[in-house]
This record gives sequence, C-alpha cells and structure tokens, in this order.
Amino acid sequence: MTLGNWFALLVALVVAAEVVRALRHRALRQERWRRFFRLRTTSWGLGILTFLVLVALAAPLLAPFDPNRQLDIVHLTNRPPSWTFLLGTDPLSRDVWSRLVYGTRVSLGIGALGALVAVALGTLVGALAGYYRRWIDAVLMRGVDVGLALPRIFVLLMAVALWDGLPFAALVVAIGLTSWFGTSRLVRAEVLSLRQRDFVVAARALGAGSSRVIVRHVLPNAAAPIIVSAALGVGNVLLLEAALSFLGIGVPPPDASWGNMIADGMPSIYTAPWSTFFPGLAISLVVMSLNGAADGVRDALDPREAP
Amino acid sequence: MSVLLRVRDLKTYFVTEHGKGTARAVDDVSFDLYPGETLGIVGESGCGKTVTSLSILRLVPEPPGHILPGSLIEFEGRNLLALSAPELRAVRGNQIAMIFQEPMTSLNPVFTVGDQIAEAAIIHQHLSRRAARVRAIEMLRLVGIPDPDERVDDYPHQLSGGMRQRVMIAMALICHPKVLIADEPTTALDVTIQAQILELLDRLQHELGMAVLLITHDLGVVAGHADRVVVMYAGRVVETATTEALFEHPTHPYTEGLLAAVPRIDAPRARLHAIPGQVPAATAWPPGCRFHPRCPYAWEKCVAQEPPLLETRNEAGHTARCWLVTEPERRAPKR
Repeated sequence: MTLGNWFALLVALVVAAEVVRALRHRALRQERWRRFFRLRTTSWGLGILTFLVLVALAAPLLAPFDPNRQLDIVHLTNRPPSWTFLLGTDPLSRDVWSRLVYGTRVSLGIGALGALVAVALGTLVGALAGYYRRWIDAVLMRGVDVGLALPRIFVLLMAVALWDGLPFAALVVAIGLTSWFGTSRLVRAEVLSLRQRDFVVAARALGAGSSRVIVRHVLPNAAAPIIVSAALGVGNVLLLEAALSFLGIGVPPPDASWGNMIADGMPSIYTAPWSTFFPGLAISLVVMSLNGAADGVRDALDPREAP
Repeated sequence: MSVLLRVRDLKTYFVTEHGKGTARAVDDVSFDLYPGETLGIVGESGCGKTVTSLSILRLVPEPPGHILPGSLIEFEGRNLLALSAPELRAVRGNQIAMIFQEPMTSLNPVFTVGDQIAEAAIIHQHLSRRAARVRAIEMLRLVGIPDPDERVDDYPHQLSGGMRQRVMIAMALICHPKVLIADEPTTALDVTIQAQILELLDRLQHELGMAVLLITHDLGVVAGHADRVVVMYAGRVVETATTEALFEHPTHPYTEGLLAAVPRIDAPRARLHAIPGQVPAATAWPPGCRFHPRCPYAWEKCVAQEPPLLETRNEAGHTARCWLVTEPERRAPKR
C-alpha cells in the first residue's frame, strides 16, 4: 500500500460519512425523510454502501497493484496480511486488497442489477396474479411453481452452454430472471390480502382504474416485504455469482469478483484464510448494510411505524 | 320529477364455497331515487343493504358474487350494469360517490389525507397535483375540519374517527356527485360525533343539491334525515313509504317490530321489545313470506305464498309486502 492509496481510502471514508451527515441534516426538514433516518442502523447502512460505491468508482486510486497480475508465483503465494499486502496475497500471488477493490465494481454491479431485475419481475408477476386472480393467477403461479422446481444452477449452466461466452450483462439478466420466483409469491400473498381492504374498495368507488389501484393503493402497502426481499435478494445474487464462479461459469478469470475470489481461495482456506475471509466479509457487510438501509425505506413509506 | 337512479329487480347472488348453495343476498330489489332527496334503506344485519349499495357501483367482489342478468340499475337513463369498464369508472366518484362504514380502514394508511381527497379530482377533472391540493384544502374546510392547510398533510392515523369520516365525505364530494351512497356512515362513531356527521351530510346535501342513499340499521337516523324509507328484510324490499307514513302507520310486521325495538324517551321504562329469532341464512330463505317464522301474525297463507308489494290504504306510494294489507282484521292484538 502506498501513501497515496491510504490517503484515497481515508478520503473515501470521510466523504461517505459526510454524505450521510449532510443527508441527515437536510432530512430534518421533511417528515418522510425524517422517518427514513429514524433508526441508527439506517445511517450506518447508508454510510457503508456509499463508501463501497466510492471504492468501486475510485478503484484505480485505492489499489496498489494490478488486480490480475501474478506478482511472484514462486515467492509471494498465500502471504499473510502485511503493510505491503494489506489483506495478504492469494494462491496465485495476486494482491487480495487490490482484487477486493476491483471486485467491488463487478459484485455491486451484479448484485444491484440482478436484484433489480428479480424484484421488478417478481413484484409485477405477484401483483398481477394477486390482483386479477382467476386464470391469470393460476397460469402465473403454476409458472412460478415450475420455476421454483427447476434448479437455478442447472438453468444457468444451460444458458451458458447455449450461448458461448456469456457477456456480463447477459449473466446479470440471467441471474435476475432465475431469482424472482420467491418474491412473486411473497408479493402475491400481500396483494391478496390488500385487495380486499376497505381503502382499496373505496379507491375503486372513486373511479380509480386497476393500474392506479395497484400502483398507488396496493403496492405501497406491500412495500415492507418487497424491500426486505430486495435487500436479501442482493445477498443471494452475490452468493449465486460466487457459486457460478466456483463452477467456472460466472465472471470469467482473471477478472475479480467477490464470488470468484472466494472460489479461488477455497483450496487454501486453512493455510491462508485471508483470501476467502475478506471477500466473504465484504458480502456480509453489503447484505447487512442493505438491510439497515431497507429498514429506513420501509419506515419512510409507512407512516404508522414512526413515532 | 324525473327519476335519477332507478333500481329494478336487482338480484345479487353469491356462490358459496363447499357447495352449500347460492346465497341470494339481494333478491328482486326495486326502488327509485329522485334528485335532491334522501332515501333511507333500513334493515338489520344480513338483510342485503350493503350488497345493494355495492351493486349500484358494481363493487361486489366477483367471484363469488354476481349480479344476475335481468337486473336494471339505471342512472340518468343509462343502465350502469351494461357500461364498459372505462364508462363505469367515469361514473364512479364523479356522478355517484360512496362513503363507507369504517373510516378507520377506508383510508389508505400510507398517503396523506390531502393526496387521497385530491385523487378523485385528478382522475375525473384532470387537475394538476397543485390545483387538486388547493381543491382538497377547500373540501377539508367545507366538511368542517379546522386548520385545513395543516391537516391536508396529515396521515389518516393522526386523525380521530370523526375527522376521518369527514375526510371520507370530502373525498366522495370533491367532484360534486349527483348521488351519494352513504353506507352506515355513522355506525363506527360515537353518538355526539354521529349527530355532527349527519348534520354535515344534511348541510352539504342542501348546498350541493345531491341525492343521498342513506343506508342504516338505525331508525333514529332515518327519522331525522330521510324523506322516504325502504325497509329491507332477507334480501327483499318489505315496505316503502315516506318517513312520516312509516312511523305513523308501520304496516309490515317487521317494520312494526323494528319500531317497537327503538328505546323511547317519552314512554314508561320497560324491557325493550325484540323480534324473536334471527335473519335466516341467505342460502335458505324460508318459503312463502320470508318473515313468517318470526312474525306474530303469520297464518297458513303466509307459509304457502309470498305476498307481492301491496299498496296500502294510508297514502299513495306506501307499499308493504304483507298479506295483512288484504286481510287487516288478522292484525290481532299482540301476544
């Protein structure tokens, strides 16, 4: 680690903390935003996520080594953390810290986009099935049953086999397309109970059409479970990407993602735990931060919980 | 005067689960609503009042409910049952509005009351959000909520039951509908608030010149606020009359029983009268007159044959579904 890297890291931390502080300060003016920051975990979650985004953006400034370069395959494999190699080196003598920093770009991208595709699709299907019932419900939910019955890894393997060399974007979409089934069931169950509620009938009595009723009256009241499932979904997508990388069909080597870092470090997990531990820690940190931030979004959307 | 809302032979049935049969919740109901009047629909729980009101705006959940072909709900000469979905939406909330029994659950908890009042104006009058908000504040002032500029940004849980019912009324009236259906508007409120809400409805009806369909089980409410009354029992209309005629000369034994069950301040204190038994299940109405198992006067004819709505001698338009109209001597003193 050079002095410049340390300085960049410090700047990223300070900027993340300042962003949260400034947001909190502005938030005091508006009720909805005040509710968002009600829990301390929300601020922490938001701060950590901001920091990670900054890390992803400023990766070249933070990483002392080329993440894909094998520094010295004879002498520098599985080195423990030191001042030169902050988080040690992996079995191929690459710097774990540099790979972790560059892997942030890939993993956050896959996690966010994959979960977005999954939650959007799951919410849409669940809302349609739960609101319209009848044959729409039957068709969509039997489809979901089939989707849940198929092993995801198998489907993704098939996709990879059919399209030689799956590009990054296609991988993300494929992960999203195979991850929405659980969300759609969750949303459907919420919508089923909400559609009978008096305020939904009242909205229809005012002349609101189906799409308006769903978007304005049903889904906002189902926000809490949707958001929680989105936050958990990001974690799931990161782990799925790790599993795919382990099978050699995820992010192709030598590019680093947190998932394939864990896969690469697996053989030496007892002798050199650092090359698996830190990417694992990063994934846990993202999932926990998202949950904290998700609680804030839920509070902001649901005024009843606020004091 | 021309009829504003004409309901003829309305039949709304529900298919029950587990093959227990069809619940004939509303069975051949007919009545007329004239511009500017208040028509009360009275009856105990389970007699079909609410299903009647939901049927008018086609809000009966389908399935399990369905309105049978042959029913007619005519509003200003158009059969509401034959309208397409967009045509129907243009009527709902705009020409015919509705307020519900439970102000606690009839407002969306995640939006401010201002947003919800403005919604109908945005849907029907295509106002901008800003203009609709101004209208919402006007409406809050009209329904007598203090500090409307502040309250417009409140969430439903920050308001009391009476205030929420006022908000519901503001939502329903923002487009100046010609008909307001009030389904037990005061049942969930305590008595002093009930009086305020009913006075408010009276005042707004006068100011806006709309017709009100007041659905209630409370004859006290009917006496004070309705011009004419339709009494329902077991999915049927059993008596129709002006309010005075109904209270002066109740003809159907069910109406008689309802009136006797009202506690009176000017009578000696005694045990309150109760109609024996309960409303039978809607899947199995009794044969003949549906009230005969609970009727103190019932005789063989009542079991054998259901009476039609018969014109009474009291006054034009006063009808009752009872054979006593043809054989008044059978009205023996009560047991």
